[in-house]
Amino acid sequence: MSIETQKSWKRFDRRATLTRYLIGLISLAVVVASWRYLAMDLQYFASAPAEIADLFERSYPPAWSTAPGIVAPMIETIHIAVVGTIVAVILSIPVAFITAENTTPNNYTYALGKLIVTVTRSVHIIIWALIFVVMFGPGAFAGTVAIAVRSIGFCGKLLGEEIEEIDFNQVEAVSAAGATKIQQMIYGIFPQIMPAVVGLSVYRWDINVRGATILGFVGAGGIGVQLFNAINAFQWRAVSLIILAILLVVFASEGISAYARAKVR
Amino acid sequence: MLEVTNLRKVYPTGDEALKGITTTVDGNEIVSMIGPSGAGKSTFIRCINRLTEPTEGEVTLDGQELTRLSKTDLRKVRRDIGMVFQEYNLVERLSVMENVLSGRLGYVSNWAAFRRNFPQEDVERAFEILETVGLGGMENKRADELSGGQRQRVGIARAVIQEPKILLADEPTSSLDPDTSHAVMDLLTDIAETENIPVLINIHEVPLAVEYADRILGLHNGELVFDGKTTALDDHAKDVIYRGAVPETATQVGATTRSETRATDSTTATATPSTPHRAATGED
Repeated sequence: MSIETQKSWKRFDRRATLTRYLIGLISLAVVVASWRYLAMDLQYFASAPAEIADLFERSYPPAWSTAPGIVAPMIETIHIAVVGTIVAVILSIPVAFITAENTTPNNYTYALGKLIVTVTRSVHIIIWALIFVVMFGPGAFAGTVAIAVRSIGFCGKLLGEEIEEIDFNQVEAVSAAGATKIQQMIYGIFPQIMPAVVGLSVYRWDINVRGATILGFVGAGGIGVQLFNAINAFQWRAVSLIILAILLVVFASEGISAYARAKVR
Repeated sequence: MLEVTNLRKVYPTGDEALKGITTTVDGNEIVSMIGPSGAGKSTFIRCINRLTEPTEGEVTLDGQELTRLSKTDLRKVRRDIGMVFQEYNLVERLSVMENVLSGRLGYVSNWAAFRRNFPQEDVERAFEILETVGLGGMENKRADELSGGQRQRVGIARAVIQEPKILLADEPTSSLDPDTSHAVMDLLTDIAETENIPVLINIHEVPLAVEYADRILGLHNGELVFDGKTTALDDHAKDVIYRGAVPETATQVGATTRSETRATDSTTATATPSTPHRAATGED
């Protein structure tokens, strides 16, 4: 077979290949620049194993005698997550209706919905907690509000997407019988998003339990207060107990959440 | 009495789905609208209760003009128009009873709707109607547990409990097997008689239309090319409706054929598993 009849094939032409190399080079340069700016020194890796072994030694065994003292804050943590989630889910339902393209009354409500979703979601839980500690003083109330506000956007966005995916024929049939707009929501739309509301609530509660464990770092209540204090006092054995307790609660909440979401249909 | 005058519908895409339809539906007649897919049958029926907004023309129900009504007034008129859908359009996650009672939503407050708190007489009537459509004892089943035929019966029950002045049915049998289709048509025919209301049915199966209807409306490409008694639907008329052949003079016939059609109905109306036209695939 002669050269002329051979068919050559290249995934990219010359120009595309060059562009790709260039993009690779720029990415590498960015990483190197960041690394140098942070002046990171790999020598810390060398001492890391010794440090972690030391930390384990100081943390073991957990200070079982302090266990009674962390039960109440642990329960408070769970309650912060429960109340925060309930409030968030209730508030997120109207947000979901104005965020969904097929149920929002007009462009202004749509923009408002998107604004609520974006603002509440893009600020971290700890930042919210800091703000509410200033507003309401330290304690579980500030933490609960922080959890609630942070969750509204999350729940509103996902429920809104759920509303956009419903079968609108069911709603149309209800409207054909003379139902009001509100009745169409109650009777035609809500039953369709009900499984999502339940699933999302327990899922978000599960996330919020984990979130609530660190709220205490900024004084917003829960087990984080004890954890923060123990770390500051270098009471590593107390710290390890608290971390164990948090792990236990997080595993439990994950289990409950998974079970509840599997049940609802 | 439903009067439609010069009804036009042009979709935003520029498609003219209805090109000036004028007709009247009255008494307790069964009117079947036939025509090929895309002829505008669904558009016509949906323009009556304004699930689709008509572009031009008038729709009058018992003297009240509908096309210019405000949202609130339209809602009130819709209570008087029962509608049955091809895909049943039940709220799938609600129970049979909740679906039937949704036909009364126009008469209760939002709060009552939220609590499913309907007047006692509505609940009693719902039980009666469920019995009539053959779903007695099924009130607590969820709609998504039912077969197609059962769902359509719930759909019909929801329309009947409205105590409508007219019943619209948009391809009510298209998702059902032949046997169940007959049962549903029997039911619709019975309702016209017992409730004494006209029933307007979109249907693409001509034999089914001929078997049950007192009157046929033939739609071709957005135009009403046939409007007459079922007996007047000859092969030429079918050609006109389905192939767009040139129509003869519009057919207008007296009331004689009416009783004949009814007579055939009464034999099928009592459809039990032993009736001859029960096909092999009994789903219902």
